[in-house]
Order: sequence, then structure tokens, then C-alpha cells
Amino acid sequence: MSTADTALRPVPQVIAHEVTKPRETKRWVDWITTTDHKRIGIMYLILTFVFFILGGIEALLMRLQLAVPNNTLITPEHYNQLLTMHGTTMIFLFVVPVMAGFGNYFVPLMIGARDMAFPRLNALSFWLLLFGGIVFYFSLFFQPPEAGWWSYPPLSSILYSPSGGQDAWIFLIHLTGLSSLVGAINFFATIVNMRAPGMGWGRLPLFVWSILIYAILLIIALPVVAAAVTMLLTDRHFGTHFFDPTDHGSPLLWQHLFWFFGHPEVYIMILPGFGMISEIIPVFSRKPIFGYKAIAAATCVIAFLALLVWGHHMFASPLPVVVMGFFMLSSFLIAIPTGVKIFNWIATLWRGSIVMTTSLYFAVGFIAIFVIGGITGVFLAIFPIDWQLNDTYFVVAHFHYVLMGGAVFTVFSGLYYWYPKITGRLMNETLGKWSFWVMFWGFNMTFFVQHALGLSGMPRRVYTYPPGVGWSTYNLISTIGSFILALGVLLTVINVFRSLKTGAIAGPDPWKGNTLEWFTSSPPPVNNFDVIPRVRSVEPMRDIRRQIERDTGVTQKTGGSEQFARV
Amino acid sequence: MLTVALILGASLLLAPSAFANFLTPKSGGSPNADAIHSLYLIVLYIAAVIFAVVEGALFYSVYKFRAKKGAVAAQIHGNTRLEIGWTVGAAVILVILTTITFIKLPSIINPPNSGANGLTLTGGVLSASTTEPVPPNGKSLVICITGRQFIWAYYYGSGCESDPYSSKVAYSYQEMYVPANTTIVLHIQSLDVIHSWWVPSLGGKVDAVPGYTTYTWFKASKVGALYHGQCAELCGRLHAAMTALVKVLTPAQWQQWVTQQKALIAAQEQQVLTLRKELIASGNLTANLS
Repeated sequence: MSTADTALRPVPQVIAHEVTKPRETKRWVDWITTTDHKRIGIMYLILTFVFFILGGIEALLMRLQLAVPNNTLITPEHYNQLLTMHGTTMIFLFVVPVMAGFGNYFVPLMIGARDMAFPRLNALSFWLLLFGGIVFYFSLFFQPPEAGWWSYPPLSSILYSPSGGQDAWIFLIHLTGLSSLVGAINFFATIVNMRAPGMGWGRLPLFVWSILIYAILLIIALPVVAAAVTMLLTDRHFGTHFFDPTDHGSPLLWQHLFWFFGHPEVYIMILPGFGMISEIIPVFSRKPIFGYKAIAAATCVIAFLALLVWGHHMFASPLPVVVMGFFMLSSFLIAIPTGVKIFNWIATLWRGSIVMTTSLYFAVGFIAIFVIGGITGVFLAIFPIDWQLNDTYFVVAHFHYVLMGGAVFTVFSGLYYWYPKITGRLMNETLGKWSFWVMFWGFNMTFFVQHALGLSGMPRRVYTYPPGVGWSTYNLISTIGSFILALGVLLTVINVFRSLKTGAIAGPDPWKGNTLEWFTSSPPPVNNFDVIPRVRSVEPMRDIRRQIERDTGVTQKTGGSEQFARV
Repeated sequence: MLTVALILGASLLLAPSAFANFLTPKSGGSPNADAIHSLYLIVLYIAAVIFAVVEGALFYSVYKFRAKKGAVAAQIHGNTRLEIGWTVGAAVILVILTTITFIKLPSIINPPNSGANGLTLTGGVLSASTTEPVPPNGKSLVICITGRQFIWAYYYGSGCESDPYSSKVAYSYQEMYVPANTTIVLHIQSLDVIHSWWVPSLGGKVDAVPGYTTYTWFKASKVGALYHGQCAELCGRLHAAMTALVKVLTPAQWQQWVTQQKALIAAQEQQVLTLRKELIASGNLTANLS
């Protein structure tokens, strides 16, 4: 306002205006229009858990069908639809986005930022995911896809899968792919640009490291599958023949493109889980993480190698032996950084003072399970052995040990760890430990015998099997186990809802955490932090507690975790 | 809960067949399956040691270092020597596994000669193909396998690849008949979607990809044995019904079966031809030009 302008106005000046009351905060419109990373994170977590339950129900239906030989509970058509829906849901609508959900909520908090770099783009990511899920699940009302989550042509071509369900699958890949891609760019920009003062790359929390690598892998891998499904779409409807063997196309091209995306996808799904474990184990061991640099470096090496191992999904396909040898060696190499992580986690527990919380139970359970998945992965990497085991229940067992361990057990560990930050209340530990033990035994009962099923010659994706071939007992054990596992999951779901009202008040830092999310109140205010401290190590909160102890001479206790220690 | 576990445990113990292949893949039908089995066993022993060491260390540390009164966590940030140690250790194990695999590989992918008591094969063809397995003397019985929704078809003997119908070879569906102690080379194709040929006791699986021919081999020695297998790649709704049986006969029995099968096929074709003529004559079928 120029001085001339003010001079012309009468003094004193009264400008009358309507008074609008501040809006009520609990309106649903606020959730739909929000660009707050915490609200988006919560919506991500709720939506992906809904899909987790749906995918779980699909799995239980399949297990029911396989409980006894020659079962007629589910038709072959519906069985193929169920296996396609289960795989697609768990991968594209649960594991990948649930990591984005935790990332959304905690990356800005852990790096001391007030929001993501592009808040509106962040909202777009979420809504694209929701619409991808809706497009896919609406196919239930006409004809769901039945060519599997890998959708190999020619089976997925218009000739053999004429229904629109296959197109719904293609659009799901496009929409969720766009959602993840936009989200990945956002994570990358946030982590690179918005870290607290003093937080160099050597002081970045390991969970944030894993989300950074997750984002980079998504940016590299997703365009490939987007191109592949577009080619499939034009093959199906617009007269191209990329994958059509009757017109000089190649079904093998799809396999290469799909698995070039598909294997990095596995690490996209488990690296953030590794990141959570690298945060949780030091907190409850009351020790610094063992080998911070080794773990961060291992994350990068795994991501690099993840781009070079896709051929191990194709050992039964027409590939030259030399190529199979290459993919065997690259798959072997990836076992080294993965092993390094496991050794570092165990070394972090070693000589610690371990507080046995539910979160730690799930973290240790994850390592116990994942070790088995890693070992069976070495069997499958040896291509002559894979010729026997590929496409059998051994593989089903292997990747459930990797992904249920690497994603579900880590997500549950993260849930018990961060629930107090999100809601301000602690979850019930007794119920949580029950949930853990029921899930752990249910999981092993379901999937351990599946190794034996595969070794006895049972292929995957069969809707039924004859009696008297030695598969019946294993299948029955597996089915009973799957319901025990489901019960364990249900206990945590109950715990989540119950603790919203009845949980103990957590306070800002119930666990004596190491990272900045514990510096703010629980739940954090909209702006996250009024003051952002200068970061001097990987464990800024521990530094802050020590500072206060030095300055005031009062030992810093916490709101919660001591009660779980057996002292 | 406990009762269920006890009943299941008891049923497992009482049924020894339930324990078959609990820890190892099927084998015993053919040298390649046996070689995969022994390679698997070596890996299994190494894996068992690694499993015991890692899980042991994990559970020991969780058990031993629980928070106790007065216990203080050791503030260790890392140990470079240890990091290098377990990285190199893991690498060494993998080098060993690679070496063992490549030592075992020839016995899995290269077929041996047919046995002396096998089918007498004439005119060893030394194929120029780099992917088709060929025994050292070049003599093998070729069987062409064609996968289609939802059945396997087998065409026996030379000429099966060019045109199985005009070369008048014997063929059969679902059940394959093979002579014992004879090196069988399989040429695998698909007519529609991707299938995967797999008879666990006779070796690993090979995809049947439309537009490609893939190869594998086996050499069965147990006369009278019947091996089960089934399609291992999702090929549509009745994927589970796409089974395969391989029956091993003596070479003489097999020759006899081929002759009989050819005669049966010829008789069937004659019947169809007669029926066709009748239908055309009665006006129920329109004759085409041929």
C-alpha cells in the first residue's frame, strides 16, 4: 500500500465485514480435501488395510477349496478369478501402497519437515490408488480377470480372456502405477530437499533411506510395466500383435517386460519393511543400530541388483543356459546384502537390553520367517533346482515367507510401534502378543507344509487335486493354518479399534525413540513442529534427552515402555 | 487346538507316504531327476547349517539379552572387520554353491546314450541345434509333445516335428508310452497358450510357449513304472485337469504298442472316412473340394 493511498482514506477507518465462524474440524469434507500428509497417510493405511482384509478373504476361500481333494466348493472359473484378485490386491493395493502410507505419515516427521514437498500431488496419489482399486473391484459385478496377477499372454489376450475383467486389471495397473509414480517423485523431492538442518545423508533415519530407495525403484520399474500393459491393451483392442505368436509377436517379450518390473517390485515391497525394522530394533534394544552405513549401503546394493535378476522368474521359459547362469549369479549376489542386513539386526540385539514389546515380537518374528524365505530363495536361484520347483507350491511357500515376513510382519511391527504417534494412545500389549503368537504359528502352519507340497509335485494355481497322491494331509494342515493366521490378524484389527478409546495415553515419546517423530506431540499438530532441532547424529531424540539430563539433572523417563520391561 | 495337532501328528506318523518328499524333490525315474535331487540335497545340507546358525543366534540374543534389572545395553555402533567378515563369508558360500551347480549341470542337461537293453535306434542324427539335447552317439527316440487347452498330445518317432499326420507316426493323448533304458528327447510346442511340461520323477519342467520349440530329455529304466505329471503353467480354467502319465514298457512291448496304435489310428480314420461318405451321400454334410 503506497503512502499516497493511505493519505486519501478517512481516518479513522471502519470496514465492516461478516464474521465467519472457524470451521468445525471433524467434517468428512476435510478428509476428502485434505493435503495434510498425516491425514493422507491415515487414509492410505485404512484403505490398504481394507484391501488386505479383502485379499485375505480371497486367500481363505482358495484354501477352503483346497482343504480336501476333488472339492467342488468353488468352480475352476471362480478359483482362477480368486487367485488373480488375491495376487493383484495384495501386491498393488496392499503392500506397495501400505508402505506409501507409512512413508507419507512418517517421512516428513522423521526428517523434521512440515509436510511433503508437493502436498496436492500427494492427495492425487491417494485418490488415484482409490480409483484404481474401485475400477478393479467393480469387475466383480461383471467378470473379474482370471489370467493371474502376472497375466501372461496369450492367456490374457482377447482370444483366451475375452471378458472386460482383463481390461479392468490393465486399468488398475495404470492407475495404481500412476499413483505410485507420482508418490515416488514426491518422496524423492521431499527427502532430498526438506531435511532438518544438520541431517546429512549419514544421519538420515534408515526408514527414510529405505523409502528413498523404494521411490527410486518405483521410478525405474513402473514405466516398464505401464508400457507393457499398454501394449497388452492395444493387442487386445487395437489390432497390434506385440505378444501374438501367430503374427510374429512374442509371448516371451511380455515375460521379460513384466519381470523387469516384477522383480524390483519385490524389493519395492520389502525394503520399506527392512527400514522399519532398522528403526524398531535399536529402539527396543536400547542400543544404536549396528553398522548404520552397512545397512544403508546394503539397501542401495539390493536396489541395484534387483534390476538385474528378473530372468530367475523365467528359468522354465526358452532361455539359453548361459543367460540362466547369469541370472543365477545375479540372484546369488543379492543374497549377500540381504544377509548383511540380517546379521546387522542380530548384532543390534546382541548385548542389548531388549524391551519385549509387541512391536519387537513382530520384528523378531519377521527375521525368523524371512531367514527361511531367503534360504529357499537360494534354492530357487539355482536354475536346475528351479526346473523342479518353479510353478509349484514350493514357490508359493517361498514368497509368502519373504512377503508375509518382509511386508506383513514388518507392517504389523510398524503399526504397534507408531500407533501411539498416530492416535496418541498405546495399543493393548497383551492382545498384541496373543495376536503375534497366533499369527506366527498360523503362518508357519499354513506355509511350511507348502514347501513339502511343492516337493511332492503339486503345481500352483490348480483349483483341485486328486486323492491318493500324497497332497491331502499337507493341504488340510495348510488350510487349518490359514484360518489360525486369519484369527491372529483379526486380534490386531480388534486391538486397533479397541485401543482408540481404551488405550493408555502415550505422550509424545512412549518408547524412548531415536528419531524426530517422537519430538512432537502425539498425534502431531498440523504443522508438525514449532521448532525443528538441529540434528547432530542418527539419533537426534537420544541427543535431546541427554542434553536435558545434562542441563536439569533429571533422568528422562518415558510414558510407556518401561512397563513392558521385565525389571 | 492341541487335539487337532495331535491327531494330525499321529496321522502323519501312521502314514509313511505322507512323509515322502517332505524335504526333497521327487526323483528316481530318470538320471536328470536324480542329478537334480542330489544337487538339491547338497544345497539342503548347507542351508540347514545356515538356518541353524542364524536362527540360533537370533533366538539366543533375544533370550539372553532381555531387559533385566541393572542391565545396561552395550553402546556399540558397528565393527568394520565383522561387516567385511560376514560379507566375505556369505560370498564364499555362494561361490561354493555356484561351483557345485556347474559341476552337476552337465549330468542334468546332457542325456546319456541309450542302454544296451534299450530300444535299438538306427541312424544317429547329429543335430546342429544348440538347444536340443543329444546323447553322445546321437541316437535317441524323439517324441513331439504338443500342449493345448487342456490336453497333452504325443507324436512318436522321426517325422513328428514336420507334420505328424502326413508322416503317419503313432500318436496318443495324455498317456505317453516309452521304451525303457532308451534316451527320449522331447520336442515341446504349444498350440494356444503357454503350458509347462512336467513329470517330477523324470526331471525338471519346460514351458511350452507358442511360437517356440523347447526341449528336454529323460531315460526311464523301471519297466512297468507309471509316472504322474501335470501342466505347471496356468493355462485356463481347466489347468488342473491337464494331467500327463508316462508308462514305461520294454522295447519289445513298446514296438508292439506302436504297431497296435498305428493300426487303431488307421482303423479310426477309415471309420471316419466311411461315416463322412455316408453323411455326404445322405445330404447331412456338405462335401468340400478335397
